[in-house]
Amino acid sequence: MEQLSTEGSLLSYTLRVNGRDRPVSDALIEENLLYVLRERLGLRGSKNACEQGECGACSVILDGRLECACTVLAASAVGREVVTVEGLTPDGDGLSDLQEAFLAEGAVQCGFCTPGLVVSVHDLLSRNPHPTELEIREAISGNLCRCTGYGRILAAVKVAEEMHQP
Amino acid sequence: MTTLDTLAEAGTTDRTAQGLGTSARRPDGRPKVRGQFAFSSDLEAKDMLWGQLLRSPHPSATIRHIDVSGAWRIPGVVSVLTADDVPGRSSYGLDYPDQPVFASDVARYAGEPVAAVAADHPVTARRAAEAIVVDYEVREPLTDSEAALTAEPIHPLGNELYRQTIRRGDPAATGVVSVEGHYETGMQDQAFMGPESGLAVPAADGGVDLYIATQWLHVDQDQIAACLGLPLDLVRVHLAGVGGAFGAREDLSMQVQLCLLALRSGRPVKIVYSREESFHGHVHRHPARMWYRHTADATGRLVSVEARILFDGGAYLSSSTAVTLNAACFANGPYKVPNAFVDCTAVRTNNPPCGAMRGFGAVQVCFAHEAQMDKLAAALSIDPVELRLLNAYAPGDELIIGQVLTGTAPVAEVIRACAAAPLPPGSPDTVPELALPGGAGRTAERRRVRRGVGFAVGFKNLMFSAGFDDYSTARCRLEDGQVTITTAAVEVGQGLVTLIQQIARDVLGVDEVALGEAATVGIGSAGSTSASRQSWMTGGAVDSACRTVRERLLSSIAQRFEVPRTGLELASGRVVSADGSFNVSLSEAAAGEVLEETAVFRHPGTAELDENGQGDAHVSFAFAAHRAVVDVDLDLGLVKVVEVATVQDVGRVLNPVQLLGQLEGGISQGVGFAVMEEIVLDKGKVRNPSFTDYIIPTALDMPPVRVEALIEQPEPGSPLGAKGAGEPPSISSTAAVVAAIRNATGLELARTPVRPQDIALALAGQPSEWAGEAPATPSPAKEAMP
Repeated sequence: MEQLSTEGSLLSYTLRVNGRDRPVSDALIEENLLYVLRERLGLRGSKNACEQGECGACSVILDGRLECACTVLAASAVGREVVTVEGLTPDGDGLSDLQEAFLAEGAVQCGFCTPGLVVSVHDLLSRNPHPTELEIREAISGNLCRCTGYGRILAAVKVAEEMHQP
Repeated sequence: MTTLDTLAEAGTTDRTAQGLGTSARRPDGRPKVRGQFAFSSDLEAKDMLWGQLLRSPHPSATIRHIDVSGAWRIPGVVSVLTADDVPGRSSYGLDYPDQPVFASDVARYAGEPVAAVAADHPVTARRAAEAIVVDYEVREPLTDSEAALTAEPIHPLGNELYRQTIRRGDPAATGVVSVEGHYETGMQDQAFMGPESGLAVPAADGGVDLYIATQWLHVDQDQIAACLGLPLDLVRVHLAGVGGAFGAREDLSMQVQLCLLALRSGRPVKIVYSREESFHGHVHRHPARMWYRHTADATGRLVSVEARILFDGGAYLSSSTAVTLNAACFANGPYKVPNAFVDCTAVRTNNPPCGAMRGFGAVQVCFAHEAQMDKLAAALSIDPVELRLLNAYAPGDELIIGQVLTGTAPVAEVIRACAAAPLPPGSPDTVPELALPGGAGRTAERRRVRRGVGFAVGFKNLMFSAGFDDYSTARCRLEDGQVTITTAAVEVGQGLVTLIQQIARDVLGVDEVALGEAATVGIGSAGSTSASRQSWMTGGAVDSACRTVRERLLSSIAQRFEVPRTGLELASGRVVSADGSFNVSLSEAAAGEVLEETAVFRHPGTAELDENGQGDAHVSFAFAAHRAVVDVDLDLGLVKVVEVATVQDVGRVLNPVQLLGQLEGGISQGVGFAVMEEIVLDKGKVRNPSFTDYIIPTALDMPPVRVEALIEQPEPGSPLGAKGAGEPPSISSTAAVVAAIRNATGLELARTPVRPQDIALALAGQPSEWAGEAPATPSPAKEAMP
């Protein structure tokens, strides 16, 4: 116990987040990627709803794969490309097509699940630009939403999908 | 009547109009989709500490001693608190302060706070809490609601939390047909996504600023100040971003302990519950045991209802009073009956405290009265929809509490329109494999899947009832043509912030409406974001404040510009006279002008029920019908809900897309309560405090919602003509889904949620697990007649 705050158990490392090197200093080894993103790097778009990989609110893209940041030890993400919702959001006050669709279709209520869904749907559409409704439902079934019943979210994904018609 | 097509059209075509009736966009939507909206868990402050509560692992124990020295020995720990450190009132509560801030001598539920620590890192805080040694003398918990009535009291205030009796009509009256049943509903969790969290910042004046996700800022302030022993003005409660609520944030969670940690340490302190702690840290939906007997004449007209309803309130009172009152008032559903004898009681046990959740009281009894309606229809060989229509309330009818329905009551309309909805195409033989019961597990054998259809109707009061002084406060400020609306009303995701802007735009003819901070500072109470009341109450206050500002503004402009006041209007950001000769932009006409108006809106008064449970206790009622279609795997007992169709009585549609979101979201919680959601208790301990084990509907579980129609009959007395729409979608959707499962299986299924074993074991001839747990001795109110 007493060793907790001594130098020996603290780590310093650099994460690659949204295309930038982000140094992390004096972190406890047990800190997960979600904690480091939120509390050390100030990237609070990834949310903390279950912290056991069940709800998808902390969805990030790690080396091109969709992951829950809460189930990844931060130090194990060294040398990997991390993309968070902030990395999928235009600078300034802009919105991506997908974010615009979420807003226009009423897919947002409390909004706690929204950033994770934006990441998750981005991942879906980048793999499968024209999913069926069942494919959409399956792809976002790891993202829990308690407010919407998913109806407006499905509508938003369909609108975003249509925006990308060839 | 609004049809599905017009609703969808309103939602997807007109993107520019922003007033009432349009699908104006929510003002917080942009930061929310960008991941930049600050929820209560996203806050930070300089030199901030992290707080952690230590909770009793025992549902019932005497606390002999608490040794906090282990926590103090951990470097980084700044503050450690127990009950001895509470400077003011030692307990709190929404209705009555019966819940200790910290358990000191007795722990009454597993999860009750015993101590709190603040440290420089959340991991340090957690370990420090674990290092506190509590010497418990563990006792046998009282976990059976029936036994609680006669057991030794587990609290100085006794085990009966509240009782509501209704006696109406002739106790001897009886019809030729009688149906009877025992029903049970489980304990549901609100399962909002954003866990309880807050940041308390000590202030130089000895007070504290609390930034918190809650449902009613001023009632939090009252309770916190009493426990801190501080005057109200030194406890400033500010709304932080709320990640859903559904009733679970009506009671205090960590507010008092968090403020105490900040005041003691002299530093800002933040607490964020883990999901597991969240399950222990808020109230749940009351489980109910119910016994019902209905009699009817040969044509199906109800003659009498007797009901006994028993709620497990858990360890503390919370809102058991209002839940019990509601359940009694709505025990018979939206159906006429001249003779009603209802006995509804909430009892105290060592189970987790139960309180508010969407539709409270009405949800539980709806499950029972709708099963009874289906039983009665079967006994009479009448179509269940026809039986409901035959007995449906209409305006002018009397409720079982004797209150006359003076407002709109389109019960027959919601029933007819919902029943007329076309059934979804397809069958278990044709649905994709992933959409069969069992989903991705692909467990179902297609030929053993049966489709069923069920129907249910429910209703509930809107706003606070039974004599409560229910009001909301709003301020409209117009400065140089810029409009700012300030209220302390809590946005939990439902879209009140959008509605406030829509109202102000309509009244003041502007596009831009700024929203002031929701806090206890500088503005009066807006009341609770619950009971489907904010559109009516805060909507009414905003409307009133804006109208007064408009009148003052137009009078001032008429005087200053020497134009006739009559015919002068505000539209599209301009001030225009009737003949068009005066047409000036608002910013020019109102330059240098500051107008401010604070309005308090009250609904007409209500009365407490008398000793026979009679009285005008409620303001208004909303009705809704649901029809569910399910596919059931007969061998494994798995259920796939195929579709839920609904028709709702909404008064007036204010924002079609947001309304649709309430309907779909409310129905998803109803579907969850029908087939998957239950807090499982083992001798008072929650066995499934996680999203791994407490299952809520995913996008694969949630069926399409068919909003067949919305009944728009403007409600007299409602400032905007609208009825609240938050709760009705959750009331009869559960009952409809279970009715559909009964239809598919032929089983009685008298308990919700329906678990796979309830179907599979029963169909295999095995006894039902819960048989015998329901109240064994019906003691309807008429036996207690004076």
